[in-house]
Amino acid sequence: MADGVVGPRDSASRDSPGCAVEVTDLTRKFGDFTAVDRVTFLVDPGEIFGFLGPNGAGKTTTIRMLTGLLAPTSGEGCVAGLDIRKETEALKQRIGYMSQLFSLYGDLTVEENIAFFAGLYGVAGERLAARRAWVLQMAGLAGHERQLTAELPLGWKQRLALGCAVLHEPPILFLDEPTSGVDPVARRNFWELIYSLADGGTTVLVSTHYMEEAEYCHRLALMNRGRLIALDTPKAIKALMTEPLLEIRTAHGPAVAQALQGQPGVVEAAMFGRAVHVAVENAQAAAAALPPLLAARGLDVRSVTPVRPSLEDVFVALVRREGGAVLG
Amino acid sequence: MTARLSAGRLWAMARKEWLHIRRDSRSLAMAFAVPAAMVVLFGYVITFDVRDIRMAVLDQSNTTQSRDLVDAFRSSGYFRVARQLTSDDQISPLLVRGTVRLVLVIPPDFARHLAAAEPAPVQALLDGGDANTASIAINYAQAIVTSYSATAVLKGVPLPVPIAVDSRVWYNEDLKSSSMIVPGLMAAIMMILSALLTSLTIAREWERGTMEQLAATPVHRLEVILGKLLPYLGIGAVDIVLVAVVGGVVFAVPFRGSPALLMVTGMLFLVGAQGLGMFISASAKSQFLATQLAMIVTFLPAMLLSGLMFDISSMPKVLQVISLVVPARYFIAATRGIFLKGVGLEVLWGQALGMLVFALAGLGLAVHAFRKEIV
Repeated sequence: MADGVVGPRDSASRDSPGCAVEVTDLTRKFGDFTAVDRVTFLVDPGEIFGFLGPNGAGKTTTIRMLTGLLAPTSGEGCVAGLDIRKETEALKQRIGYMSQLFSLYGDLTVEENIAFFAGLYGVAGERLAARRAWVLQMAGLAGHERQLTAELPLGWKQRLALGCAVLHEPPILFLDEPTSGVDPVARRNFWELIYSLADGGTTVLVSTHYMEEAEYCHRLALMNRGRLIALDTPKAIKALMTEPLLEIRTAHGPAVAQALQGQPGVVEAAMFGRAVHVAVENAQAAAAALPPLLAARGLDVRSVTPVRPSLEDVFVALVRREGGAVLG
Repeated sequence: MTARLSAGRLWAMARKEWLHIRRDSRSLAMAFAVPAAMVVLFGYVITFDVRDIRMAVLDQSNTTQSRDLVDAFRSSGYFRVARQLTSDDQISPLLVRGTVRLVLVIPPDFARHLAAAEPAPVQALLDGGDANTASIAINYAQAIVTSYSATAVLKGVPLPVPIAVDSRVWYNEDLKSSSMIVPGLMAAIMMILSALLTSLTIAREWERGTMEQLAATPVHRLEVILGKLLPYLGIGAVDIVLVAVVGGVVFAVPFRGSPALLMVTGMLFLVGAQGLGMFISASAKSQFLATQLAMIVTFLPAMLLSGLMFDISSMPKVLQVISLVVPARYFIAATRGIFLKGVGLEVLWGQALGMLVFALAGLGLAVHAFRKEIV
């Protein structure tokens, strides 16, 4: 039954040798608004590939096009060897998908949700028993099989949703902001599950707006306003920022950031948590010149220290280089 | 979509949908308690029978013959003599106030005319404010007078009886309106309830966000629609039996036809009504909007244009044409045929065909409106 719906051809090797996802000039417009703008990239099997960007950057729209939930306006795409325009239904059997918001059935129990999605993916018999046991163990839900899903804590729901998305052991898994709303500990636990799936050979495409989470990915696609602005390993992306960076600790963050914009020697000043990060032309010169300049405006500075750029700093720098503003 | 249909996926959908219904007490109550209550309520309320009409008598003849005529009215069961009048002036106030609906005036020469074997006119004055009751009352009064004349002839009183009407009513011998109403109600209730229940199902998936996960699976949209339909078809089948039993027990409605034919035509009708509900649900994507639409689309047509209460052939031409697309019309004709006349497909094939078209249209619309695209 399950095999019958996979599609007329097993073309993973024919169409795109050795590639899990291949996308060329993928574009989606909603009226005049271009949600995703000529995005091109390639994902290798077994890779953990991250989409990073603020809300509205086009991450969700990109994932929906890759999962056959939304037709592209133009461009080509191929997932697991299947055309994302023409073979959407066969494609859905070969991928797992977990949406941004919890979307299992709250009025069904844990095991009823598992049974339902197993039925839709054609997982039956002994395989179902084995997969069911695996999901319960993986999600830490053994003993809670008969509990209504709505009553579970959010972190558990998300692990169950992940389990239901991989019941049929898809080679490619799409996760759209899977950890939004949960605490850092639950987030770390979730990422351990993602790693164990990737170790088992699953290709994972995951979107996030948590910068620290993006560091876990093998490669990152930085998106802003529908465009792909960088694509590389987290380390290489951080190396894209060539200007030295200073962190200014102050009680007047926003005022300091504003005062520094356009000052000689300052490339960019932006809030970073409660501190201000300043990209400068020369670290030593700026560290000496900036505190008096701010003091003259009545803004006292607690400390000025050189720091290594984080992904967020790079993101801001790249957006500035593109001449645009960060959305979100 | 080229993927083949799968019985496993269909079954998974149906099972899941049944669990939703089972866990939702409101749906369960709506599915079983409402139809039974509606039949009892409507069976009593929608009645065209007129009994115990209050009347007054002004007997100016005051003879054995005139008293016999009044007794004939009294013993018919249709009239209750509330007042005996003594003069003309008393008539008008009684009719104006609605104290009585009919006044029978027997003139002083009534007995003399009878004795002379001449026509003996009597006068009936009616309150036409309620035209329906008035026309029924005058029919009853005429029947009583006619039968009185015939009896008078039999008793040896030579009386000219121009025409003796010997009428016999077939199928609903007692002319009980509940026998007409209950089978018809079955159709109207099924229509409204089915569309209402199913109008929630797809909109609920959209509102709760579960549609996104569902759409990401390889489930075929026909499997979604049919899978969601199956549990409601089961409920509908139980409801058909329930209404037939309540009708038989509470209102002594006869059942003369084939239960199998009732079930088959009922299923066709249910598929159509539920398909329509799902079409509305898939198009509206909001439970509130969908239930409102389902009510509007089903309630008034099923009640007014289906032949449930008003005879279709006596409607204006425009409404008759519109009633052709009111599916309840076909099922009502079928249920009445099956319950009261015991007829089969040889008579009801047209109705069965109408419901088949309705079933296919409902399913087609629902599948067409259901999209697995998330925008």
